[in-house]
Amino acid sequence: MRKPLVPLSILLLLTVGALLVCPLFGMEFIPYTATGQDREILLNLRIPRVLCAFVAGAMLSLSGMSFQALFRNPLATPFTLGVSSGAALGAAVFIRLGLAFTILGVSGTSLAAFGGAMLAVALVYGLTKIKGGFSTTTLLLAGIAISFFFSSLILFIQYVSGLTHSFRIIHWMMGTLTTADYSQLANLLPFLGGGGLLLVFLHREMNLLMVGEDIAISRGVNVGLVKKLIFLAASLMVGGVVSICGPIGFVGMMSPHICRLMVGADHRYLTPASFLFGGLFLALCDTLSRVLIAPSELPVGVLTALLGGPFFIWLLLNRKGDLEL
Amino acid sequence: MSTPIIQIEDLSIVLAGNDILKDVSLHVDEGEYVSIIGPNGAGKTTLVKCMAGIYRDWTGTININGQSFADHGNKALAKLQSYVPQAEGRTNPLTVEEFVTMGRYPHLSAFTTLKPEDYTAIDAAIGRAGLQSFRQRKMNTLSGGERQMAFIAAALAQGSRILLLDEPSTFLDYRHQANVASILKTACRESGITVVAVHHDINTAAASSDRIYAIKEGAIAFSGTPEEATRRETLKGIYDTEFICTPSPDRPLPFVISGGAL
Repeated sequence: MRKPLVPLSILLLLTVGALLVCPLFGMEFIPYTATGQDREILLNLRIPRVLCAFVAGAMLSLSGMSFQALFRNPLATPFTLGVSSGAALGAAVFIRLGLAFTILGVSGTSLAAFGGAMLAVALVYGLTKIKGGFSTTTLLLAGIAISFFFSSLILFIQYVSGLTHSFRIIHWMMGTLTTADYSQLANLLPFLGGGGLLLVFLHREMNLLMVGEDIAISRGVNVGLVKKLIFLAASLMVGGVVSICGPIGFVGMMSPHICRLMVGADHRYLTPASFLFGGLFLALCDTLSRVLIAPSELPVGVLTALLGGPFFIWLLLNRKGDLEL
Repeated sequence: MSTPIIQIEDLSIVLAGNDILKDVSLHVDEGEYVSIIGPNGAGKTTLVKCMAGIYRDWTGTININGQSFADHGNKALAKLQSYVPQAEGRTNPLTVEEFVTMGRYPHLSAFTTLKPEDYTAIDAAIGRAGLQSFRQRKMNTLSGGERQMAFIAAALAQGSRILLLDEPSTFLDYRHQANVASILKTACRESGITVVAVHHDINTAAASSDRIYAIKEGAIAFSGTPEEATRRETLKGIYDTEFICTPSPDRPLPFVISGGAL
């Protein structure tokens, strides 16, 4: 049996390497041997930020992967399906209402974003189901419609908000990791844990759903339940990321595709690969965004979109058929 | 006589406001090869999908292995019967081996890995379908015929006692048609697997089947042996067109040719 363990191990090594090296770079190079203020910056700002970027990237990548299996469509991602916008709307509403509470250490903003993400997924799924299929056209149209609608609602909320609220909303709408710290990392982890674990156990079901619902049913998959679980997992992860980092685009689209080229489409290997690659990708992008125009820094969402736009077009031009991953 | 492995009584289903099946009753005994024929849109595919558990909102009774449909769990049902859908061009990026492995799904749990008997079943299924040299090929790089063999291999790997197939050899070239026919016959005669297949081609159906059902406008229009099915009057009654039934030089059953189109 050919085991795609070689590319997976290489990916793991690269990831460990990147996680060790990335914190060193920023406005200035800080070695691990630094002392005093530099050491503070390294330990309390850069390391949590790199870890946050890794976790956020991994979650976006995993949610993209599961959406692609579920909708059997290569262009299904948190961004194109409007799920990111849904999560952003949830968070915006929460901020606007001036609420602030935590449940079991998870911030209310994250929970609101999770709610928004669920709403968007349900809407897109309902719309495409009414139209009788997950064709790229239907999916993208539904996603765009929902995306625009939710974005307008966010703009509306911003418009009627005071300056403080408005600034807070705009701030993370750009997709940024500037505010990342250990508490935010702690806030992300339950979402990764919940969503990621679900997906790990659903690797066979995702394979079968990717092949087709009829086949999945005839092999004994409880399709209704599995779909709900995948929706739940993906929404958890998108909600968790968006509430903290804002809607960072394109990671969820690019990463699973590149991983499919590396380890194949079997979700047994694709899931860990997407986790590692998505994390690695966003950690590197974030580091680049801190270095490229230092001493200033680029919102990381801008960078991923710059890379993702051309990739998206390449995908559109290269796909073999409408329903092929 | 023992109880049939599939017993369907008064099966009716309405899809999108249309009565697709109306009080269909049929039975299949264990180890039998039963074909379902009939004109386009008669409800053949719907019938098989009801039997496979894909459509669930029918009325009537379907008993599998003496137990009502609802009493079987999803996986228990999948251990009893596997399904090969109509080839419709949709592909996936899994390799043949990964795809056939997914046939073992009902025997696996989320927390276990493949056991030796799983590998045995997978290897046997790939061997029977003649796909040894295609193991690492991706499904979306296969020809239609090869892909169909992979679907059949996955269904065989499922290790069930019943095989449900929807037009398994339609759109295939002659060699693949012959392969499919021989795999199904072997599965039925040698391994005792019950085969229920929708067939588009009457000669294919007649050559392999023990019994044949014909469906017309959502109801059973004929049920009988291949000899009875290959008579002009019977076929004309089912398809509403002329047929030529000519004796075959080397087979007991006559060849059926559509007479209306000639």
